[in-house]
Amino acid sequence: MAILRWLRRNLVVIAGLCTLAYLLLPNVIVTVFSFNKPKGRFNYSWQEFSTDAWQNPCDVADMCGSLSLSLQIATWATIGATVLGTMIAFALVRYRFRARGAINSLIFLPMAMPEVVMAASLLTLFLNMGAQLGFWTVLIAHIMFCLSFVVTAVKARVMSMDPRLEQAAQDLYAGPVQTFLRVTLPIAAPGIAAGALLAFALSFDDFIITNFNAGSTVTFPMFVWGSAQRGTPVQINVIGTAMFLVAVLLVLAGMLIGKRRNKQSR
Amino acid sequence: MTTTRTEAPPAKDPADPAPAPRGSRGRGRLVPYWLLLPGILWLIVFFALPLVYQASTSVQTGSLEEGFKVTWHFATYWDALTDYWPQFLRSVLYAGAATVLCLLLGYPLAYLIAFRAGRWRNLILVLVIAPFFTSFLIRTLAWKTILADGGPVVGALNSLHVLDVTSWLGATDGDRVLATPLAVICGLTYNFLPFMILPLYTSLERIDGRLHEAAGDLYAKPSTTFRKVTFPLSMPGVVSGTLLTFIPAAGDYVNADLLGSTDTRMVGNVIQTQFLRILDYPTAAALSFILMAAILLMVTFYIRKSGTEDLV
Repeated sequence: MAILRWLRRNLVVIAGLCTLAYLLLPNVIVTVFSFNKPKGRFNYSWQEFSTDAWQNPCDVADMCGSLSLSLQIATWATIGATVLGTMIAFALVRYRFRARGAINSLIFLPMAMPEVVMAASLLTLFLNMGAQLGFWTVLIAHIMFCLSFVVTAVKARVMSMDPRLEQAAQDLYAGPVQTFLRVTLPIAAPGIAAGALLAFALSFDDFIITNFNAGSTVTFPMFVWGSAQRGTPVQINVIGTAMFLVAVLLVLAGMLIGKRRNKQSR
Repeated sequence: MTTTRTEAPPAKDPADPAPAPRGSRGRGRLVPYWLLLPGILWLIVFFALPLVYQASTSVQTGSLEEGFKVTWHFATYWDALTDYWPQFLRSVLYAGAATVLCLLLGYPLAYLIAFRAGRWRNLILVLVIAPFFTSFLIRTLAWKTILADGGPVVGALNSLHVLDVTSWLGATDGDRVLATPLAVICGLTYNFLPFMILPLYTSLERIDGRLHEAAGDLYAKPSTTFRKVTFPLSMPGVVSGTLLTFIPAAGDYVNADLLGSTDTRMVGNVIQTQFLRILDYPTAAALSFILMAAILLMVTFYIRKSGTEDLV
């Protein structure tokens, strides 16, 4: 009876942890199978333990090239989308002007549109313009769909900012530039960082829009897609595992820094 | 001292090196437009304009060799609908099933993070977000291993006679899960689950804990508290979560391609093939326009119905 009562009281916790397990199961499988030594082309069943793939992750032709291309695109797309998105977010929160409603829906629509639709329509534009598909078309597309997410993240932070802090800075004879650099920007930084991180993840991981607009350029997700048909090398699981670890460490480090800063400011 | 402060609080000292007020005010009015210009221009040229191009492509006829011309051939829409209605139907069904599953699976976890996790909250949040940063294609491929024929998951489902029921419903095929609708729905649910959990968590976290205490003080059972207090207050999260899962799931073709078979093709798969392999641009454009219109209609109806228009 006691067990039953305990189960009932903790039903939510148990169900929640089951969902968490569902979310993390593929990551566990990817990690485990990065130590596999498959027979044949496909790495879908466990054969024997080996660290071969971890020792030479770039052994697979073209994989690391596509990885570095994806990192480059993600970096530039993050910079572009963060700069443009932060500017838009400040304009939307800080100023009242005509066409605000229209601009808000223009920001919202890309997030509410299925990716195939955006991918296909962008391809029609590029085909009509006669643009050469490749690095630049991918970068343009990535900045476009990351932009809305950055605006949303930065907007949330700037909206919760106390405008009196900036007034105080101006009362203390700080010029507009000084106020922006020493007061506004540091306070908005966590929102901007969140937006940038999101943009990086979205751009690095995007497959659908990239697949339509990349031409013969192969990014890392496209390499994975292609290899799914030809047989996935174990090294892909190594990269997947490493990315997961880096992400967890980065986010945890960010949280620790945030916590320490909060303590100091208190 | 205080009187001088109140007389001119924001006014600047005459010695202020800032530019003259009149000039800065004139320029100040243009500041928001300068801030908006590059980003909005980007969205107009690379988001709105392409949609216009696509609309014009969908009413063109011709071939790749002879070139395409706008002939206002609206029949493409009709042909696309009659040829591909099974794929449209499947997209709505699969995405709908995945959304319901996401809500059922995601709610307990969001609730756990918001109210019961205590000092584990941040860690669990990281574990929900971190998969975002690993390639979703790699993770989707991992489902091939998990759901493999004769694997432990399929074996367990089989011995529990779950597969008999799902086969009868047409979601699985005998004792196979891979290459069936169930596998596609499973992949869709998995891929879009974080999009459900995060909005749910945000709206649950905003709920004042004292409301739960108040409900308890008024002799409400935990289940009643949930039904009458917690769930209604989490509605904004439910609405935005279901939208954030349904829309991308309906347009997805990756899961249907990697985990499904030719019998599980969704409308995204058709658009992809028409655009990139068959190169029948008008049909592909018409298909993606129908998909977009259908989703916009459903979303508008849904938002009206759920009465949270100010939400999005």
